[in-house]
Amino acid sequence: MHTFVWLTVMTALRVLGRNRLRAGLTLLGIVIGVGAVIAMVSIGEGAKQAVQKQIATMGTNVIMIWPAATSVGGVRGAQGGAVTLTVADAVDLKKKIPLLSDTAWMKRDILQVVNGHRNGNSPVNGVSPSYLSIRDWTFSKGGSFTQADMDSAALVALLGQSVVDELFDPGEEPLGAIIRIRSVPLRVIGVLSPKGQSTYGQDQDDVVFIPFTTAERKVFGTPFLGSVGGLYAATDQAEDMPEAVELIREVMRSRHRLQADQPDDFTIRTQVELGKVQEDTSQTLTVMLMAIASVSLLVGGIGIMNILLVSVTERTREIGVRMAVGAKRAHILIQFLIEAMTLSVVGGCIGILLGVVSARLTTVIAGWPTIISGDTVATAFGFSIAVGLFFGLYPANKAARLNPIEALRYE
Amino acid sequence: MSALIICEDIWKIYRVGDVEVQALKGLNLTIRRGEFIAIMGSSGSGKSTLMNILGCLDQPTKGQYRLNGIDVGHLPPDRLAEIRNQQIGFVFQSFNLIPRTSALENAQLPLFYRGLSLKEQRSLASAALQRVGLTGREHHSPTQLSGGQQQRVAIARALVTSPALLLADEPTGNLDTQSSQEIMEILEELNREGITVILVTHEVDIAAYASRGIVIKDGQILSDRMTKGRSQVVEA
Repeated sequence: MHTFVWLTVMTALRVLGRNRLRAGLTLLGIVIGVGAVIAMVSIGEGAKQAVQKQIATMGTNVIMIWPAATSVGGVRGAQGGAVTLTVADAVDLKKKIPLLSDTAWMKRDILQVVNGHRNGNSPVNGVSPSYLSIRDWTFSKGGSFTQADMDSAALVALLGQSVVDELFDPGEEPLGAIIRIRSVPLRVIGVLSPKGQSTYGQDQDDVVFIPFTTAERKVFGTPFLGSVGGLYAATDQAEDMPEAVELIREVMRSRHRLQADQPDDFTIRTQVELGKVQEDTSQTLTVMLMAIASVSLLVGGIGIMNILLVSVTERTREIGVRMAVGAKRAHILIQFLIEAMTLSVVGGCIGILLGVVSARLTTVIAGWPTIISGDTVATAFGFSIAVGLFFGLYPANKAARLNPIEALRYE
Repeated sequence: MSALIICEDIWKIYRVGDVEVQALKGLNLTIRRGEFIAIMGSSGSGKSTLMNILGCLDQPTKGQYRLNGIDVGHLPPDRLAEIRNQQIGFVFQSFNLIPRTSALENAQLPLFYRGLSLKEQRSLASAALQRVGLTGREHHSPTQLSGGQQQRVAIARALVTSPALLLADEPTGNLDTQSSQEIMEILEELNREGITVILVTHEVDIAAYASRGIVIKDGQILSDRMTKGRSQVVEA
């Protein structure tokens, strides 16, 4: 049996070698099919990983609490329109919910930031020191402000890389420089490591952080002390997040003295929920690309079937002779199946090469991230074998069912 | 000598639409081992049908056909393929070699389906080619060989399995006189070595090589007589 299969593969290769152009054109269908599947899946996987990376820049296990939209006389205001959250909320949440590893608070405004003759508008965030650790901000230069800076409302600032690029000449040292926001002089004590774009496409590095107390007392001004734009909380374990969200809701409702029939005056979002939308989108993209690529693989398979049917007809006499000298139906069936699979395997190998090269070119030329995983390659290869098997079955079966007498007489 | 082939009341009935065609009508035939038989008859006489049945390519509608003691009349197709592989060698009018495949590989073909190792296949096939005088042409493809040489490759393919029966269907039909004579001499030689040969022909001088002539007409045996055989004539 071993000898039989081996010799049959050799025969198949020789038969294909005889009609190089024909075999080549048939191969092309599978090559393009497999190549397309690999290239498309690589692009899809690359997009998915890029999204996951962006989600990771938000921090780890982050829960966000924003003021709810206000409704006045049936007109719904924008989210965050109400000023209902306070520093006391954040402090109390941490005290009452042991699941939370930390809580933070912030308020934000877009203001003109000035360094000497240069200036630009950037989001300025007044934050608690815990905010930077919850959101996983790290420093490329200098360091964070301390609780002492918070207590004394120190005039210090941390700059994002984009702000540094805008306000400082190349080579100019930002650390220790004095910038001005609303005429308040602030000393730069840290430069943040770049995070890149957010999932919404915003530049996360276009940002200035100052101590929350400095913001409310000296820079922004405030309707009442302790009002915040948003609260942040984090858990140690990702699994704890759903439970933490429920606990936060309970504590917040009781702190805000909401009746059972009143809606929440705050909105809770988790990093997972925000990421999920993006991930679903890229997942849909991957599936769609793969579906399109699979169609070309299908067309390639039909090409194999077509050429095999032609081959069976052309070689009817040969099949008759083989049967006359003792070939069983299974022998003939296997012979043609092996020919089909040889076509699809050779096509698959070239297709894998083509797919990998196209994916790389996409990265180099278009700058899209692509990921070629072993799984993708193995799946595509498996599919090409399956295509050969599936589309070879009908012609092979047709050959095996020939009547030897009629096959020998065939002109 | 014991009987190699016993046909008892063989009928072959085809249905073409509503019409029933009786190709063989209760034919009886016994062939002993080592015989050299010529079957003659005009087209439509049923001789091709008989050949197909004797060669286990077809089965009788009614009646019993025993080949080498085996009742092959009702065996399934795969079992018939085995019998063809082990007991029968075919030689066709149009050679029926596999194109673009060497003489050696053509001669190997029956052994390929027997599952022998490549080495055994090669050595048996070269021995068979040597027997038909084709040593040195093992790696020629059919198009590089003359008609007579192609038919000799076909004979090598037929005898590579050392069959009990060699069926030659108009083996000289596509050959010139010189090549025909060479082929017939090879068949004669093989017969002398003990292989039973059944030859189908409508040429009288080709049939003259056989030691027994059978004429078929309308699906029955018209005449069945021992002839002297050419070899005996030559010897005499």
